[in-house]
Amino acid sequence: MARKIIKSKYFVEEDFVEVLAEVPAGGSSPLPTNQEMKVIGRPVTRLDGYDKVSGTARYTFDINLPHLAHARTLRSPYAHARITAIDAREAAKMPGVLGIIHYQNVDQIPWYGSSFLFDPHLRYVGDEVACVAAETEAAASAALKRIKVEYEELPFVVDAAAAMKQNAPAIHEGGNIQGGKPAVYARGDFDAGLAEADVVVEETFTTQVEVHNPTEVHCSVVNWEGDRLTVWDSTQAIFSVRDTVAQSLGLPASQVRVIKRYMGGGFGSKLTTGKYTVMAALLAQRIGRPVRITLDREEMNLAVGNRPDSVQKLTVAAKKDGTLSAMSHWSYGAVGAYPSGAACSWPLRTIYQCPNVKTEEYSVFINAGPGRPFRAPGHVQGTFALESILDDVAEKLAMDPLEFRRKNHATIDQVMNLPYTSKKLLEAYDAGAKAIGWDRRRKVPGADKGRYQRGLGFASQIWWGAGTPPAGCILKLNRDGSVRLIAGTQDIGTGTYTVMAQVAAEILEIPIERIQVNLGDTAVGPYCPLSGGSLTTPSVTPAVADAALQMKEKLLSAAAAILEVPQGELVYQRGEVRHTGDTSKKKTIVEILREMREQTLLTYGARNANPEGYAINSFGAQFAEVEVDTLTGHVKVIKVVAAHDIGRAVNRLTLENQFHGGILQGIGFALMEERVIDPQTGKVLTVNLHDYKMPTIMDMPEIEVIIVSEADTKISNVGAKGVGEPAMIPTPGAIANAIYNAIGVRLHSLPMTPDKILMALAQKG
Amino acid sequence: MSNEENGNNISRRKFIKGVGVGIAGSCVLPSLEQSAIAQAKEGGDAVHGGKELLSLTVNGKPVRVLVEPRMTLAELLREKLQLTGTKIVCNQGACGGCTVLLDGHAVYSCHMLALDAAEREVTTIEGLMTGEELHPIQQAFVDKDGYQCGFCTPGQVMAAQALLLRHPRPTREQVLEGMSGNICRCAAYPKILESALAAAEKIRKS
Ligand code: FES
Ligand code: FES
Repeated sequence: MARKIIKSKYFVEEDFVEVLAEVPAGGSSPLPTNQEMKVIGRPVTRLDGYDKVSGTARYTFDINLPHLAHARTLRSPYAHARITAIDAREAAKMPGVLGIIHYQNVDQIPWYGSSFLFDPHLRYVGDEVACVAAETEAAASAALKRIKVEYEELPFVVDAAAAMKQNAPAIHEGGNIQGGKPAVYARGDFDAGLAEADVVVEETFTTQVEVHNPTEVHCSVVNWEGDRLTVWDSTQAIFSVRDTVAQSLGLPASQVRVIKRYMGGGFGSKLTTGKYTVMAALLAQRIGRPVRITLDREEMNLAVGNRPDSVQKLTVAAKKDGTLSAMSHWSYGAVGAYPSGAACSWPLRTIYQCPNVKTEEYSVFINAGPGRPFRAPGHVQGTFALESILDDVAEKLAMDPLEFRRKNHATIDQVMNLPYTSKKLLEAYDAGAKAIGWDRRRKVPGADKGRYQRGLGFASQIWWGAGTPPAGCILKLNRDGSVRLIAGTQDIGTGTYTVMAQVAAEILEIPIERIQVNLGDTAVGPYCPLSGGSLTTPSVTPAVADAALQMKEKLLSAAAAILEVPQGELVYQRGEVRHTGDTSKKKTIVEILREMREQTLLTYGARNANPEGYAINSFGAQFAEVEVDTLTGHVKVIKVVAAHDIGRAVNRLTLENQFHGGILQGIGFALMEERVIDPQTGKVLTVNLHDYKMPTIMDMPEIEVIIVSEADTKISNVGAKGVGEPAMIPTPGAIANAIYNAIGVRLHSLPMTPDKILMALAQKG
Repeated sequence: MSNEENGNNISRRKFIKGVGVGIAGSCVLPSLEQSAIAQAKEGGDAVHGGKELLSLTVNGKPVRVLVEPRMTLAELLREKLQLTGTKIVCNQGACGGCTVLLDGHAVYSCHMLALDAAEREVTTIEGLMTGEELHPIQQAFVDKDGYQCGFCTPGQVMAAQALLLRHPRPTREQVLEGMSGNICRCAAYPKILESALAAAEKIRKS
């Protein structure tokens, strides 16, 4: 099949990225609708289900190799300090200790742009000081305590507002504002828009730092064979781990192989290559043994990322008829000690129609663990603020909040000035409002009089949903009629193994049991994008479809040769090629392959280019019903209806599951999760799962998932948009608005914990 | 005094005894450690001052093993017995990721010492299977998609097993309560609930 190389631009996590990609030259033709499908769109159970429930699924955490050594990391006890001396001699003599590395005995390996793998300038509690390999993890941990380090303590700052001040302790040479200046955006004339408004509302919102805390801790196992390195890593991005590790060690990328079979969650924290992987590789090289390095739960809460906090000042101006005339967003957020992103104004810039918009955002360094993308970076916190203030504007206008959003529905992407490939947000409003019973909503907020007060609220969502090339998939048809799919993507728990198999099963019309999928190995799978940003399904499934369609062609041509008839007289149906006229002339896949003897049939499918001249986004609206206990301040989420436009639903079961997960994580962010730092010492106080509160099954509301979209035929043959992030984006905003509707006072700060609720109620009087 | 309290007392004594030995041992660590390494090289785990002999039943089979007193049950299962189906998530008794059955009751195996399981019966996720065949609870988690990444799943399944042993016909509330000690960060909770209810139904019918 003819191919060409193109430039593809897509949005991933926090930024636009441009890549070169090999794509099918002819574009792609859409597959039939889900109604006509037998496997795609159905609630197919997971291919990897058996492994997961039987305990045989091998995670990086479980990997054991002969002669395996164990590594542990020494981390800075201070928020800001400089190492003046380090002495590891005594530690090295401890029983079982095999090797110790630190800044004095390792080359300077660049990290975070301006820092190093081991940097004697320590910028947060948890910054890496040294790493020990030993016979056992316990021996390595014991040795950490014997490494003598002298620190010169430096003044520190753990709060973004304080870090922005003139005389704040400087964390990096260029000052504490990342990039030295804010990110700004403007369109239209904000002041003119303000002047023509009848209602202007200005409010400030704050959101907390949230920590990913996937269940499987970050970990790697590394093994050298000569100058070739194999890395098993709990990662969402095998190729970027390969490249970072290779670069850090000065190896060609081809000499590093990264494998990830199963992983215990990531949510963005495992998109970035960890220092620990490189430290393990260095130790393994020195001691001539494979090394396993794992973090413990405390390290997980210090050093492997978080969602930056935010202070957002919004101004929203509207005319009497409900049209938005101006919006502004000024914000700052703490990215931690090293570069990350705290911007959160994307939703305000794009989701509603508004001609006059300006934003100004500061990403601020503080002496705390660096941020990383976290399920819908910026969008969750930005949507909470935007949707909260919009409800307040609607109230001032005496408009129903839903009517107000409908009135300001945007039909094009106003930042890029492009039409959307599809946008079914209005349909989502209708379906969601109906399912939750929007007309039950108290017209007067706080109308309930008793101890328990109920309310309804909703919020909308926009996210990048396109997926992108390059994404490749090899399809191997074996002699027994079974199929193997091989791709360099990774299943991070979202069901990638299964959705890929579904697409192949559908097109080749064979039972899904006959399909095996190999993912997560840089040595064998063709390149695919990282698994984050809701990219995976929309990027990878079209490549599978492409490979399967080519395989059908191959089988037709093989059968034509075998049966000695023109290919045009043959059709492919249910795993068989048959002649349209003479029904006796037919060949099954197995028969064809048997005649081809030892030749395995192979095809290579590639993701098509995204269409030119369009913006591709997912949309949705979530409706929440809450009950507030006005005596204790406890908020119970009763029900959430999620109505979304995510293109084609490939697997109803895994899709629902992802929505459940996103909504529950949204509940966690809205009501309980928060990383707390002691301002006196700079130490994180919430380093375990007792203190860092996450939702349990008790926090689960009733959840209804409604998909209002069909395949988006402009995007790809499959026409799926991603689901992971959209699921979480609107939840906190919907809950905030429901709480307001219940108690009649607005909370401006997440998480909306009982103390804040009680305080708000007290102020209301 | 109930049996359980009784058991705890015994094991606490053992633990203290073990710790004492450990501390005494640490004064002469280099030579001890060398001999331990030497023994390990010989392929044996021969008796030495720092270790205690532990016998217990794991997944129906008697196990006799030398353990350091500080070793947790989770470490014993994962490291000594290679039963890596049991996961460690918080290593602190806060999440249920390491749940196994001890004499039919759910326990957090990261939060108890291996020695506390002496003479008792431990069942792990591996022990729930019959050969290669899934237990009805495991099958229910597959059918209902009661997981995402699957890392908390062994703990969830074992918690469900303990729950169903206690309440063969659990109400929705009983399931919620029984499963509330098991964190799923992917938050597959609605489908975990469905899985547990479906499993109960399945077991009842069979
Ligand atoms: S790992 Fe044992 S309770 Fe969390
Ligand atoms: S399935 Fe991922 S933590 Fe439960």
